Amino acid sequence: MTSGHEIREAVLRRERSAAEIADEALARIEAVDSELKAFLTLTPERARARARAVDEAVARGDDPGLLAGVPVAVKDLFCTKGVRTTCGSKILENFVPPYSATVVERLEAQGAVIVGKTNMDEFAMGSSCENSAFFPTRNPWDPSRVPGGSSGGSASAVGARCVPVAVGTDTGGSIREPASFCNVVGIKPTYGRVSRYGMIAFASSLDQAGPMTSDVRDAADVLEVIAGHDPMDSTSVDVPVPHYASSLRDDLKGVRIGIVEEFEESIAGDVAMAALYEAAYAKLRELGAKTVPVRLPHAKYGLATYYLIAPAECSSNLARYDGVRYGLRIADGGDVYAMFEKTRAAGFGDEVKRRIILGTYALSSGYYDAYYVRAQKIRTLMKGDFDGAFAQCDVIACPAVSCPAFELGAKADPVSMYLMDYFTIPMSLAGIPALSVPAGYVGALPVGLQIAAPAFEEGRILGVAHAFEQATKFARLREPLIAADRSRAESRA
Amino acid sequence: MAEIPIDIAHVSKLARLALTDREAAAFSAQLGKLFDYIKELQALDVEHVHPTAQVIPLRNVFRDDVITASLDQAAALANAPDKDGAYFKTPRILE
Repeated sequence: MTSGHEIREAVLRRERSAAEIADEALARIEAVDSELKAFLTLTPERARARARAVDEAVARGDDPGLLAGVPVAVKDLFCTKGVRTTCGSKILENFVPPYSATVVERLEAQGAVIVGKTNMDEFAMGSSCENSAFFPTRNPWDPSRVPGGSSGGSASAVGARCVPVAVGTDTGGSIREPASFCNVVGIKPTYGRVSRYGMIAFASSLDQAGPMTSDVRDAADVLEVIAGHDPMDSTSVDVPVPHYASSLRDDLKGVRIGIVEEFEESIAGDVAMAALYEAAYAKLRELGAKTVPVRLPHAKYGLATYYLIAPAECSSNLARYDGVRYGLRIADGGDVYAMFEKTRAAGFGDEVKRRIILGTYALSSGYYDAYYVRAQKIRTLMKGDFDGAFAQCDVIACPAVSCPAFELGAKADPVSMYLMDYFTIPMSLAGIPALSVPAGYVGALPVGLQIAAPAFEEGRILGVAHAFEQATKFARLREPLIAADRSRAESRA
Repeated sequence: MAEIPIDIAHVSKLARLALTDREAAAFSAQLGKLFDYIKELQALDVEHVHPTAQVIPLRNVFRDDVITASLDQAAALANAPDKDGAYFKTPRILE
């Protein structure tokens, strides 16, 4: 599977039809997904109908859109009208939304061909996809390992070359960590850059949708398509959407890149990881950038701050799952309160329950100021840290993760799982954009470099990431190791 | 491990979430480790810091007061676990 922009060009030039591209993507999924389990629902008929519509538009000479014929996988957190949307939860196992998310509508309006809905940690709470109520997803670079999470199905599908483009969501790292684990590009835009309408809510002041793609150019194109003000989301900001592809650069002359001292101290203990990131910074300098040390003194409080704010918002958002209007209902003769309690007990998994308990506590009478308001104040300090850092640099470059993908079951202790988002949470709390781009391998496993910029400066991030990608091409250096590919290679040999 | 300050029985009632004894015990132990991190926040002096509820400088956002298309009744009721005509049906609320 080539990149999305290559597919679009081939479709526009009529070298390939969108219909055959869609069939290829569906065949690839058929071949590898029994092992990877990246998808919860496939939509082959819808995909083929969309692809035909693109081919017809091309034949008529109409503009088929910026994503014409590009197969896209959508995290199962985005509502898709008429297509089951579970959010990885038993409580929404049979939910069929009556409307589509704005992100989904914008993708399809630009000719994207949605092939299916991808697996995820339940309600986007997790960093490994193991919290899916249905099944875990596997990492295409080593199927004994997790793809990351919560957008693990989307990352796995792109990493396995099933589709060149997926969309995910990121609350504390849920695009960037799986992108890093699966060797793909993933960008969490500025809070407010992309409409949240039709995204199933987890933590409303943090949730943000973004592209997960085979390369930086695709991330630029997809972001351009999904970004922009939406009257249906009052927190989407009315800031013009640039043509991101024109920010892509091939060198970094004149760019000041901040290296976060606190993060370098915490990664220093892992020799292989520290060496990988040292090499990445050296490559940025080789491309003409100047690296400068910056400090984020409150970054170390990110985890604790996040694990008060996000669960508090989750406990409020998930109060809607009460068995009344949609979703699971367990009513066995008791009153309506018994129905609420039993429905939620049966419908939610452990991680979701844990966070509802924690968040309800942090918001409860007598503790609200001590925990929730205090966390919000530290959020202000963290935002100030970034303002200070960006006075000295144009972008920040830092680790996306502290380690490569781990084996299934390796992080049974919740706090060890929470720590996976150590480098991504501070940007989420500050609401600023950040991306992970493939940065090399530790052993056989890929790892991503994180690049962050001030609010609404996604173009800067994409520009730096593109120069780094073009100079390294790490994602294309090796092929993923899926059993279906191995057996085909062996039978050829 | 930090002492967990949460009265899980009380909080689960507030959250309308029935927990088994096994879940309550497991969550206490697991959240205890998180409170090791959370208690570090208590050391910071934030008395004069303004809280951030959301990061973008938006104030009240209003729309024009005009009627636009919305979900029709059948679509709104399509996912209902139980319904009666045009209504969502639940177990009895008031005795």
